[in-house]
Amino acid sequence: MTTGLSINAVDKFYGPVDRGVHAVKALSMQVEKGEIIALLGSSGCGKTSTLRMIAGFEEVSRGTIALAGREIHTFAPVRRNVAMAFEGYSLYPPLTVRENIGFALKASKLPKATIDERVGEIAKLLEIESILDRYPSSISGGQQQRASLGRALIRDADLHLLDEPMGQLEPQLRAVLRGRIKHFIKERGLTAILVTHDQTEANALADRIAVMEGGELQQFDTPEVIKERPANLFTGTFVGEPPMNVFEAFVSEEGGQIRLKLPDGVSLDYGRDSFAPAVRERLVGRQRVVIGVRPYAVHRDADGVAATVSANQWLGDQTHIAADFAGGSLVLVEHDRTRLALGEPISVRIDPADLHVFDAASGAAISHGAELA
Amino acid sequence: MEHSSPIERVLRAVALTLVVLFFMFPIFWIVLMSFQTNETILRIPPSVVFEPTLSNYKALLSGRLETAAGTLELNFLRTLWNSIFLSVTSVAVSLLLGVPAAYAFARHKFRGSEDIAFTLLSFRFAPPLLVLLPLTIYFQQIGLANTYIGLIWVYQLICLPLILWIVRGYFEDISADIEYAYRIGGHSWFATFRKIALPLAGPGIAAAGLLAFIFAWNNFVFALVLASADKQPVTVGALAFVTASGIQYGQIAAAIVLSITPTLALALYAQRYLVEGLSLGAVKG
Repeated sequence: MTTGLSINAVDKFYGPVDRGVHAVKALSMQVEKGEIIALLGSSGCGKTSTLRMIAGFEEVSRGTIALAGREIHTFAPVRRNVAMAFEGYSLYPPLTVRENIGFALKASKLPKATIDERVGEIAKLLEIESILDRYPSSISGGQQQRASLGRALIRDADLHLLDEPMGQLEPQLRAVLRGRIKHFIKERGLTAILVTHDQTEANALADRIAVMEGGELQQFDTPEVIKERPANLFTGTFVGEPPMNVFEAFVSEEGGQIRLKLPDGVSLDYGRDSFAPAVRERLVGRQRVVIGVRPYAVHRDADGVAATVSANQWLGDQTHIAADFAGGSLVLVEHDRTRLALGEPISVRIDPADLHVFDAASGAAISHGAELA
Repeated sequence: MEHSSPIERVLRAVALTLVVLFFMFPIFWIVLMSFQTNETILRIPPSVVFEPTLSNYKALLSGRLETAAGTLELNFLRTLWNSIFLSVTSVAVSLLLGVPAAYAFARHKFRGSEDIAFTLLSFRFAPPLLVLLPLTIYFQQIGLANTYIGLIWVYQLICLPLILWIVRGYFEDISADIEYAYRIGGHSWFATFRKIALPLAGPGIAAAGLLAFIFAWNNFVFALVLASADKQPVTVGALAFVTASGIQYGQIAAAIVLSITPTLALALYAQRYLVEGLSLGAVKG
């Protein structure tokens, strides 16, 4: 048993076991002490249920959760030694912000001077020093959220759970606080689990990201691996902005070339050596696959395949170009301002190294670039 | 309000005056009556000009009613005390039982919880007289007829559903996360109930308690059947003013004034807290 958090084959049913709504399915995760983990997924994917099971507000239907060497899933919340920042802030209305933040420390009977010092430090970190003596009902949503975050971060807990901790903050402040909070957590060696649907936040804060969908853990790895080697089609299309371009394809080997036949008679040809032999074998054997390519990896090239511009957006620092391609839409990103009229023909090139190939039926990744997944 | 024309303001004032007159006139008239003798009350046409007398209050407080047919012993103060005792105790018992139950119904959905809550509410549907006959027989058999305990028990039929359902709504309005935050901060379930849920639902509990108190105070038929002279509340005790020599309107009026005073005082006192608590509304940011 590790000193961190260990979730073993946990199931969550709302309603009777095996018949109710299956919110979390056979989830297993190991989190090391000192790690920051992000649970990333869309609404209803089971990430908040998971968090609440760890905190003890939801019963674990099956499986076990251990923290710091203790099996905690049957304990009352008070005995689990976890801190949590709630999505709805949940500050205590009759207490000032200062009292709210210092509340848990006061309960643990620390001397007043120590509490004041630590509250001051947290308040400075979160830029809420000026509102410490106000009541929750008289401050803005963003301030309440920071107070709630402060109330969680100030505690000496084995695990800090942060549920959408920065959803209400303005973009500039969010960017600043991300850095500070990460530094704060790392400096103190805290372990944190963050629930978010914002992948920028997950990428910026987390050491590892757990992507969840439909109650199942899709992939649990570092942000880099998730971006470069998505485990399946869901992770591939969910993570990354703008999303990965996806096309169905038939694989064949013709005259020393690997040919990917896309809809509408479009085909991409690559030399045999672009893929490792094992990949080649898997691809040709499989025939029907789904290919994915990131918008950043699509290049315009006079020798490429034809496409027709259908939208062109300049976002201030990059251009998003959408093009009709192979019966679908292909998005590419360029860093300069590109002047392309609607309906203008372009030709695009997709390098084999940027190609992600997924199984058409299961969605599991087959290869990333030349290598097997 | 600031944009209303003078005509609108005048009309509103007139309407308010009419409403106040309509509702307050009976009370005003009764207060006047309580300072008159039966003769001045019954004269035709009625008039607001009379010589005030305290004889009605004196009769009530001394317990001796002088009528044309002679002196009647009457224990009004005793019935007033009975009313206070029965209502206060019933509401206290109801709060003690009902508030934790309301919390349970609001926070913990268990099998059949809705059915139990509804059954408790359905006590209010049954006509009291329907319940009373069997109840009287049972109470006589188990020795609860004509006891305070028996009456307080029966009064739970009035108070408990009211408190349970009103307070439950208030608990449901409190974000459960506030309680979770408190529990994860190192406090037990019971401490959370006491320190977070109870204070936040305080205005609701006060409102429910006040309503239950008024209902209990105004109850007539349970006490009429189940209580004898020395356990009667004022509502039943007032029957004593219908005497052989006629109805003692003056004393009735004085008795009404005395008996509405506690509820009125309580309502005025609690109203301040009710408004304060409701306007605070700081549960969700």
